[in-house]
Amino acid sequence: MSVVSAISDTDRIRAILARGPDPEIPAVSVVDLGIVREIAAGTVTITPTYTGCPATIAIEQSIREALDANGFANVAIETTLSPPWSTDWISDKGREDLRAYGIAPPPKGAATASLKNQTAAECPQCGSSNTEELSRFGSTPCKALWRCKACAEPFDRFKCH
Amino acid sequence: MDAIATYALRLGDDSLILGQRLSEWCGHAPALEVDLSLANVALDQVGQATHFLTLAGELEGKGRDGDALAFRRDVMDFTNCLLVEQPNGDFAQTIARQLLFSHYQELLFTALMGSKNATIAAIAAKAVKETSYHATLASDWVVRLGDGTDESKARMVAGLDWMWRFADELFVMDEVDAAAIKAGVGVDKASLRAAWETRIDAVLADATLTRPAPRRATTGGRVGRHSEHLGHLLSDMQFLQRAYPGATW
Repeated sequence: MSVVSAISDTDRIRAILARGPDPEIPAVSVVDLGIVREIAAGTVTITPTYTGCPATIAIEQSIREALDANGFANVAIETTLSPPWSTDWISDKGREDLRAYGIAPPPKGAATASLKNQTAAECPQCGSSNTEELSRFGSTPCKALWRCKACAEPFDRFKCH
Repeated sequence: MDAIATYALRLGDDSLILGQRLSEWCGHAPALEVDLSLANVALDQVGQATHFLTLAGELEGKGRDGDALAFRRDVMDFTNCLLVEQPNGDFAQTIARQLLFSHYQELLFTALMGSKNATIAAIAAKAVKETSYHATLASDWVVRLGDGTDESKARMVAGLDWMWRFADELFVMDEVDAAAIKAGVGVDKASLRAAWETRIDAVLADATLTRPAPRRATTGGRVGRHSEHLGHLLSDMQFLQRAYPGATW
């Protein structure tokens, strides 16, 4: 007796994309970053993080390659700007993956309230909140540069957005 | 181009030219953090430009995409305001331009989130979050330089004095704006001025500065009357498409 066909195409695509890393932050998948908005019959809808993020095109290409390689060449990719991407869409797993990778995740539910990053970041290395912002703009559009005053390590912080 | 396409084109041209100007700082800024900041602001502006120019091309309906509009038009076809094409000067002059423009852009995008053109509303809603960072960055630096040493203060005063004459044009309305407002697509820019002045005055007060002396406003960018500076900027930005027309890779 077969029970194989219980997994739908949508779930299969989701599983494939959950393995697709962000080109700038390879520790976190495009699904956990909230870039993949919807997976429906025949279409995957994605949204860019930052307006000028150079990784946007690379992300779309890597999703295309992953779909093609897994027998979903006929699934289209659509891009939507609305509603605008928010760091609130980063999943709990995504936040933990960011921390483990050395990037302080953005506080949840605070995207609109604390746009200016005024709350202290928690050091991803030692967990201390005794930290300071060095530069509001960092190595990529989505990150700011911080330093931990407890363990003296510099680190990236994912900006609230 | 009709009024709505032109409206999108103007939004895109402002972002594109400011993005190109700011990118000139890449590798030259006074400190690494400033270099990163200005490059990131430039990137955001170019990203906005991509969206707005793509839309302008679609509305025009003659097959021009964002790249065609950015790289294959000449000076008099550009509709950006004169403020964004001004030379970077020293860091204080660049920051003065950013202060005046980013506060304007944040107020404008906030208002444009209610545009009846869904694409303009979506771009504005997305970009306003970034623009808020730009306004904060510029404000912080105006305070730091203005309330700093004699040298930094003198430079901040000179930078603001140069840029101030181009601020009026941000709020000037013409028949394109009128048509866009009538269609529910555009916003009354003149109505943003009071809020803009309140913000700028607050930053200047923090910076122990006062508004520069009024000067006769310089305008004309929206209809293609530009300073000589824009031609030089374009010759750099458009070099590849001028040397190798239609090149792709």
